[in-house]
Amino acid sequence: MNNSFLEIETITKTFGKQTALDNVSASINKGELVCVLGPSGCGKTTLLRIIAGLETADSGSIVIDGRDATFLPPSKRNFGIVFQSYALFPNMTVQGNILFGLRQKRGMTKAAMVEKAREALHLVDLFEHRNKYPRQLSGGMQQRTALARAIALSPAFLLLDEPLSALDAKVRAKLRRDIRSIQQDLGITTIMVTHDQEEALTMADRIIVMNNAVVEQIGTPCEVYDHPATPFVANFIGTMNTYTDAGNICAIRPENIEIADSTDHDTWAEIRSIEFKGALTRVHGVLPNSEDVCLDLPSDRVKDLNLMEGSTIHLSMPKDHLRKYAVAA
Amino acid sequence: MDKLRRYLTGLRVSQLLVLLLCLVMLTVVLIFPIFSLFSKAFLNKSGDFVGFANYIKYFDTPALSTSIINTIDISLWSTLFSMILGFGYAFALTRTRIKGKAFFKYTALIPIFIPTLVHALGLVYLFGKQGILTRAGLFPFELYGRLGIIISETIYTFPQAFLMFYVALEFADGRLYEAAESMGASHARVLFRVTFPEIKYTIVSAFFVCFTLAFTDFGAPKVIGGSFNVLATDVYKQVAGQFNFNMGAVVGTLLLIPAVASFTVDRLVNSKNSGTISARATQLTIKASTGRDVFFFTLCSLVTGFFLVLIIALAIGGLTENYPYNLAFTLDNFSFNRSVGGMGAYTNSLKMALATAIFGTIFVFVYAYMIEKTAGFTLLRRFGKLLSVLPLALPGMVIGIAFIFFFNSKTNPLNFVYGTMAILVIANILHYFSVPFLTASGCLKKLDREYESVSDSMNVPRWKMFIRVSVPLSLPAILEISMYFFVNAMVTVSAVVFLYSANFKIAAIAITHMEEAGDFGQAAAMSLLILLMNVGVRIAYEAAVRLIKRRTNHQEVTV
Ligand SMILES: Nc1ncnc2c1ncn2[C@@H]1O[C@H](COP(=O)(O)OP(=O)(O)OP(=O)(O)O)[C@@H](O)[C@H]1O
Ligand SMILES: [Mg+2]
Repeated sequence: MNNSFLEIETITKTFGKQTALDNVSASINKGELVCVLGPSGCGKTTLLRIIAGLETADSGSIVIDGRDATFLPPSKRNFGIVFQSYALFPNMTVQGNILFGLRQKRGMTKAAMVEKAREALHLVDLFEHRNKYPRQLSGGMQQRTALARAIALSPAFLLLDEPLSALDAKVRAKLRRDIRSIQQDLGITTIMVTHDQEEALTMADRIIVMNNAVVEQIGTPCEVYDHPATPFVANFIGTMNTYTDAGNICAIRPENIEIADSTDHDTWAEIRSIEFKGALTRVHGVLPNSEDVCLDLPSDRVKDLNLMEGSTIHLSMPKDHLRKYAVAA
Repeated sequence: MDKLRRYLTGLRVSQLLVLLLCLVMLTVVLIFPIFSLFSKAFLNKSGDFVGFANYIKYFDTPALSTSIINTIDISLWSTLFSMILGFGYAFALTRTRIKGKAFFKYTALIPIFIPTLVHALGLVYLFGKQGILTRAGLFPFELYGRLGIIISETIYTFPQAFLMFYVALEFADGRLYEAAESMGASHARVLFRVTFPEIKYTIVSAFFVCFTLAFTDFGAPKVIGGSFNVLATDVYKQVAGQFNFNMGAVVGTLLLIPAVASFTVDRLVNSKNSGTISARATQLTIKASTGRDVFFFTLCSLVTGFFLVLIIALAIGGLTENYPYNLAFTLDNFSFNRSVGGMGAYTNSLKMALATAIFGTIFVFVYAYMIEKTAGFTLLRRFGKLLSVLPLALPGMVIGIAFIFFFNSKTNPLNFVYGTMAILVIANILHYFSVPFLTASGCLKKLDREYESVSDSMNVPRWKMFIRVSVPLSLPAILEISMYFFVNAMVTVSAVVFLYSANFKIAAIAITHMEEAGDFGQAAAMSLLILLMNVGVRIAYEAAVRLIKRRTNHQEVTV
C-alpha cells in the first residue's frame, strides 16, 4: 500500500558555507502528523520552508500528492502555515486575518467566505472573539487564530513551525491536544517542527529526528524511543545512559537497568547521589571506568534495598534493552 | 541547467523588476550627476581634459583659496559652540530635575523650521547696523562677516547637536553613576570619567554632523557673510555670477571633504561601537540638587529665550510699517513684490514641499521595503543600501550644481525636467533621502519577517500585502518621513538656488532676493509664513501620531 502524500527526495541546501540540509529524504503519508525534531540550528525550519516553496533547495526534489512540486511557487502548493511568531496582522481582527487569505480565492462569494471563516473559528473555539484584535488575545488564542487562518483556506496539508514554543507550559499542554484533535478531525496531513521531544513523542504519528543537517532516524514515537538508530537519537530523546564497552557505545535507559546480585551482574557502580522523584527515584552512580550512569527505580525498592550515597550496587543490563553502536570513525 | 532552473524558481520576477526600478532611479539622480560634477572639475571651459589644472589654479588664487581657511574657521567655532550648548541643553533635559522640560524640548527645535538665512536675518534685526540691540548700544561688534556666520551656524547646528546628545544621554546606565558616587567622585570627575566616555561616539558623530552642516551651508553666509567668503558662497558666485562652471565644480568637490572624512571615521568608530548598553543597565535616578538645576534652567532659558527673541524680532519686522523707523502695525509686508514671485513664491513652495513629501515618502518607503523585505538579490540589495547612505554626504550646493551639469546637458533625454518644479522635487528627495530611509528601514525591520511568507502561502500578492499590512503598520514612520521631507523642502535654499526657474520662484529664495533688495519687512513676513506652516505641520504630525497611538492603546485596554 502506498498512500504517501509528500515525498522529500535527497534535499540539500546550503547558505554560503553553512550546510542547512544534507541529502535529506523522507516520505509523509496522507493524514498523518509528522514531527521534525532536532536541536536548534539543525535545519528544521529550512526543511519546512523548502517544502513550502519559500526557499528553493540546491538539489533534490519535493513531490506533493504525486506531482513534482520542486519548481512550484508557494501559492501553487496549497498548504497552510503557522509560524512560531504566528505572524498575525495586528491591524486586522481575528476574522479579518482569516478573511484576508480567503478573499484571494477565486469564485468564492462573500457569504461563502464568511461561512468558511465561521467554520474555522468554531473549530479553534474562537468564534466569540472574532472581532478582537490580536493584541487583545492571550498567546494561546493568538496561536489558535493563526491555526484558523491556516486551515480556513482548506489546504491540502499544514506546516507548523514550533507553533507552541512561545507559550507557557500549561497552555502548551492543552494546545497539543487541541491541535492533535483538530488535525485528526480534519484528517489533514501535517508537518510540525519542534525542538521539544516531549511534544514530538505525545503528538506525532511519526518523528523525523534531525541533527546537523542530516536525518538521524524516522519512525513512530515508540520506535525512536525504544530503538534509537544512532547514539544521537538515543541521547536526544528521553534520558539515556551511554558508556563504552569493548569498543562499542552502549546505550540503555535508566528504567531498564536492573539491580543484580553480586554473583550474576554485568557491571557495578558506586552511588553518588539519590534523587527522589515521587513514584520513581533516580540513582546516579559511577561505573568502574568512571563513566556516569543513572537508573530509575521504584521508590519503595530503593527503600527496601537501603541504598545510600557511597554504597556499591551491582547492575545488569538486559540484552533486549541494551543498544550497541559502533564508535563513529 | 538544473541550477539555473532552481535559481529562477526562487526568483520573483516582479520583485526583481521593482527593486531594479528603485535602484535605477536612485542611480540616475545620484551617481550620474555626481559623475558629471567630477568630470566638469577636470575639464576646461571648452571641454578639454586638463587634469588637476583647475585645482592648481584654485589653490594658486588666494582670493579663492582663503575661503577654505575661512570655512574651516567658522565651522570649527560654530561646531564647538553648538556642541557645548547642545550638550548642556540635552544634559538639562535628561539628567536634571528642571521644570518645563517638554517646553524646552520643542523650543530647541525652532531653528529647524526656518531657512538658515532667516537665522541670519533675525540676527540682522537684533544686531545689525539698525538692530534693536545695536541701537541700544549693547552690541559694539561688526555682525556682518565672520561673527555673524559663526552665530548663524551655531543656531543652525544647535538642534542637531542637541538631538544627538539627547538620545545618547537618555540611555544611561545608572549602575556606573552609583559606583562613581559610592567612590566619592566629584561632579567634574563623573562628567569626565563616566558621562563623556559613555557618549564618546555621539561626541564624534555630533562633531562631524555639525561641522559638515556649517561647512556646507549657503543661506546664512549669503545674507550675513559680507565680504567674508566661504566655499558655499564661492560655488554660487562661480556658477551663477561668473558662469565659470569648471571652477564651480572644483569648489563643489571641496565641499565634499568633511562628509567623506566623517564617513571614514564613522566606519572606524561604528565597527567598534557595539553593545555599549548592557541588558542589566538600571535606570538612572536623578538626585536633587538646587545649584545644578538653577544653572541648567538658566542655560535652557537663555538658549530658548534667544530663539524666541529672534522670532519676535522677525515678527516685529514683518508686521510693522518700516522697522526700525516706523513701528505701526501693518500687513502690507505680506503683499510681496512681483519681482520676487509675490505670494506665488509661497504657494509654489507649498506645492513643491507637498510634492516632495508625497513622492519622497512613497519612493523612500517602497525603496526601503524592497531592500528590507525581499529575499534573495543579495548583491543588489547591498548596493541599494550603499546608495541610500550616499546622499548624506552630499551638500545641497553639490546636488544643485551636479544637477545643472547633468540635467541641463542637451544630450540628456531627461533634459525636459530642467527648469520645472519636478527637478526641484527630485533634488529635495535626493538631498533628504538618507534619514527617511533609515526611519523606514528601521520601522520595517521591526515588522514580523514572516508576514511575507504567510501572504505567499495564502496566494496574496505582495503589493496587496504591502498596502494592507506593511503600510498601515508603519503609519507613524510614514507620517514622520512626510513631515521631514515637507519641512526641509520648505526651508532649503542650497540645492534649489541653482535649479529654480523664473517661472517657478520659491519662498526661501524669495527671502534672499528681498533681503538683497533691502525689503527687510517682506523678508521677515515671508519667514513668518514659512515658520507658521512648518510649525503647523509639526503640530498636525504630533496630533496624528498621538491619535494612532491612542487607537492602538484603546484596543489594548479592552482586553
Ligand atoms: N536565510 C539564511 N541565510 C543564512 N543562513 C541560514 C539561513 N536560514 C538558515 N540558515 C542557517 O542554516 C542552519 C539551519 O537553520 P534552521 O533555521 O533551518 O534551523 P532550525 O533547526 O529551524 O533551528 P531553530 O530550532 O533554532 O529554529 C542554521 O545554521 C542557520 O544559521
Ligand atoms: Mg527554526
